Amino acid sequence: MNIQTKLKLTVAAFALSVGAAQANDDQVEVLHWWTSGGEAAALNVLKEDLESQGIGWQDMPVAGGGGTEAMTVLRARVTSGTAPTAVQMLGFDIIDWANQGSLANLNDIAADQGWDEVVPEALQRFAKVDGQWVSAPVNVHSVNWVWANKAIFDENGIEIPTTWDELVAAMETLKAAGVTPLAQGGQPWQEATMFDSIVMATGGPEFYKAAFIDLDEEALGSDTMKEAFDRLGVMRENVDPNFSGREWNLATSMVINGDAAFQVMGDWAKGEFVNAGKVPGEDFLCFRFPGTTEQVMFNADQFAMFDQGGEVSPQQAALATAILSPNFQSAFNVVKGSVPARTDVSDEAFDACGKQGMADLAAAAGSGNLFGSMAQGHGAPAAVKNAYYDVVTAFFNGEYDSETAVVELVDAVSIAQ
Amino acid sequence: MAQSSVETDIHTSVQAPAEPDFKTRLQSWLPKLVLSPTVAMVLLFVYGFILFTIYVSFTDSRILPFVNAQGATSYDLIGLSNYEKLFRLSHWEIAITNLAIFASLYIIICCAIGLMLAIFLDQKIRGEGVLRPIYLYPMALSFIVTGTAWKWFLDPGIGLENTMHIWGWTSFKFDWIKNGDYAIYTLVMAAVWQSSGFVMAMFLAGLRGIDNEILKAAQMDGASNWQLYRRIIIPQLRPAFLSAFVILAHLAIKSYDLVVALTGGGPGRATELPATFMYSYTFTRNQMGIGAASAVIMLMTVAAIIVPYLYAELREKK
Amino acid sequence: MAVATQDSAVRTGRATRFVLYTVLLVFALFYLLPLFIMLVNSVKPLGEITGGSMIALPQTWTFEPWAKAWSEAQVGVEATGLRPYFWNSIRMVVPAVLISTILGALNGYVLTKWTFRGATVLFGLMLFSCFIPFQIVLIPMARVLGEIGLAGTTTGLVLVHVVYGIGFSTLYFRNYYAAFPTELVRAAQIDGAGFFQIFWRIMLPSSGPIIVVCVIWQFTNIWNDFLFGASFASGSAAPMTVALNNLVQSSTGVKEYNVHFAGAIMAALPTLLVYIVAGRYFVRGLMAGSVKG
Repeated sequence: MNIQTKLKLTVAAFALSVGAAQANDDQVEVLHWWTSGGEAAALNVLKEDLESQGIGWQDMPVAGGGGTEAMTVLRARVTSGTAPTAVQMLGFDIIDWANQGSLANLNDIAADQGWDEVVPEALQRFAKVDGQWVSAPVNVHSVNWVWANKAIFDENGIEIPTTWDELVAAMETLKAAGVTPLAQGGQPWQEATMFDSIVMATGGPEFYKAAFIDLDEEALGSDTMKEAFDRLGVMRENVDPNFSGREWNLATSMVINGDAAFQVMGDWAKGEFVNAGKVPGEDFLCFRFPGTTEQVMFNADQFAMFDQGGEVSPQQAALATAILSPNFQSAFNVVKGSVPARTDVSDEAFDACGKQGMADLAAAAGSGNLFGSMAQGHGAPAAVKNAYYDVVTAFFNGEYDSETAVVELVDAVSIAQ
Repeated sequence: MAQSSVETDIHTSVQAPAEPDFKTRLQSWLPKLVLSPTVAMVLLFVYGFILFTIYVSFTDSRILPFVNAQGATSYDLIGLSNYEKLFRLSHWEIAITNLAIFASLYIIICCAIGLMLAIFLDQKIRGEGVLRPIYLYPMALSFIVTGTAWKWFLDPGIGLENTMHIWGWTSFKFDWIKNGDYAIYTLVMAAVWQSSGFVMAMFLAGLRGIDNEILKAAQMDGASNWQLYRRIIIPQLRPAFLSAFVILAHLAIKSYDLVVALTGGGPGRATELPATFMYSYTFTRNQMGIGAASAVIMLMTVAAIIVPYLYAELREKK
Repeated sequence: MAVATQDSAVRTGRATRFVLYTVLLVFALFYLLPLFIMLVNSVKPLGEITGGSMIALPQTWTFEPWAKAWSEAQVGVEATGLRPYFWNSIRMVVPAVLISTILGALNGYVLTKWTFRGATVLFGLMLFSCFIPFQIVLIPMARVLGEIGLAGTTTGLVLVHVVYGIGFSTLYFRNYYAAFPTELVRAAQIDGAGFFQIFWRIMLPSSGPIIVVCVIWQFTNIWNDFLFGASFASGSAAPMTVALNNLVQSSTGVKEYNVHFAGAIMAALPTLLVYIVAGRYFVRGLMAGSVKG
């Protein structure tokens, strides 16, 4: 045994003992980044549910950057051997943590409650790792939505566009009328979220899968990808000059206030309209990004359950059960704008857009048109996702042209793997 | 930070008497005993952790140290390939270039403003007691606190530009934060705002420490104010400059809150700095190996600045 | 160590003085601007903020945002406001500042008055530790805290702050004591005074200015820390900065800027107070610790 092996063994032992038991009495500790009014209120439903069962809720909110800070804190907690009971998490992060061996095995609960039957297959891919349920999905968000101000559309005689050309024509009309066509937030993830839809519309589902899920270099470097970038360039020309750094909800309020005609954003944008007292179909329109009518690109919030020393405690089991209960799924998702993660929840409580979302999800899941969103961490692991952000945002901010962007994309993805 | 004394008095320090009875033996051990907890802490929590980071930078760690893409505590030593990747990333190149621009402007402007304010304040200014805390207070606030206010001020839609438009100066334009070529200068602006008052305090302390007799003598010889400052006063501030430089340099390299609060690294990647780069690769991109490599490069940069300074301190022994 | 002669030898004319005052005032305005923006917008109703100018005075004054930020705002699942977190921060910052200052004073005393072979090297090592980027220590530190059972506790957080504050506090005291006449120490020693007696009776009573500098520095840094607070103190033990971040960074819904600003000022008040109250000793302390010409 040479020195290097010895050293490796020592540190491996270090890592193994990580995530070991933590005694917690009658409570669950939940790390999440839902700190604002509506979401926090929805989460409170869960809390009260557990409290009625005599289980305490130790709240551990860490907001910022779509969970960036929370993930840092999580690393510190896992390393110190005091992992929280449950952690809000997205897509490939769950798989990474499961591979690391930090997550609990929920198979007994899942079998007991028939999760396999009610959770769509495409979603199970992120909740079940190597045949083992490790997390409890809360919702399914869909990102290929367009949110439009109905009054502006009507005034300018614009029909809901269904193809790229119609979209371009609509934007020309709006621009000519002196309206900012596209309300765009200026953060990398927002630019990339829109680009997801553009790639789907430009290359179709086969191409999307090859490029963003299989990470095929040929697809990433293809002319189709270049065309997608060119289209992103067209969108860029329809954004006001002040977009950089803007948060997504400020872009949404531009649409609400009539400062811009539409926004390409996930279904969480609906909450902003509803909060502002707007009615879907009357004040605002929701429709699929032109050219992606049949597809649903999704991301799902889940609560990954962390291993608490070998077995699932009754408290942890109760939490997982409560999350997947139809009541909570309905109550939470009505507020959040997303659709339930289980397909057997009644759509009664949902509004027009919500109902459409649920129908679309079921249809797409049935026809094999349900794809993970690259920008939302459901296409490829975090390293690749961020490399993708880098290229999209650099292009969107005029750092280079579409030809270079394609080359950079291939290169960035290969470094990240 | 206080200005480091250039003249240490090691050679004059107390020597323990030679007689080895118990009490004096204890007395001679006490100082080391008192110092030892600190030394132990520093060795473990600073140098131990630095070695740890260096080791991680040679592994293919992803989500946690010593955990690679295969997961479950397997990892490999992969030599320098993290460093190779690091220098292939255009991202890192941008971060380094930005740091060079940011740090040099930040240090120069802070010193210039700090020195000017210190000299001005030193002219028997009425209200010095009011002005000084006003200049100093930004150092008390983190950018978590002032970030939103700065963002507003710099945003053309609601900030300075808009205010000027409301006041009737409609051609006024200030949209640097939205412009990839200029955004880095808005970081300099906010950073200067935060630290220049502190630098002023250091220079002011230096100025007040200068012997007035020398100045009076020079004045008798007919030296003008300008000459007085250029020839006599400013050269005497050398230690203050040195301390200011070290403090500012380390603040510049560590700048993280500032970027996150003001621009989040944007527009695009225009304001990415090594500290944000390192954070992002270590904690959000699950590429801890590359993150550690960038941390090592950062540490080497810090060392390149600090060690000569330390050497200057230590060499006083003579 | 004759301090603070206002008696500058430089004389200035009337025109020059006019320029001096103008420049000084302009800079004062520059420094005050962000604070002003925060203050003015924390006492406006939300409608006035979104509609009006950033620096306009409020048409209707309201202190509701302050009340809301303090005791009602949604920080996590519960709407507790910032109040409980404020006390968390106090409980963390007081012991951390005290311990790091005391250790720094003792270290400085040893390093200047009781030096031994290698002491300077040790000092160099400590000084370099001030410059370590905190992000890299996060994970190994978490590991150590877990090992010694302090993970997620305020005690653990205090330990972390002491460890990374000690470099600077040692530096301050060492530079200050370096200028302190060693003859006095020697004389006391001849009179039979011991190590701690000398420290207690001779060094400490004359350390006022540098204690102020050190306390200000440590207090500001520890109070403002976010990274360690978020990582090492869980949930209800979280310090003020973490709660403020949760308040301000909330991702959806209407952004209540007036409440955010009120919360931000609250988070800043203790450090502001320390600077304003102790500020005049600050320059004096820096001077005392500085080179004497």
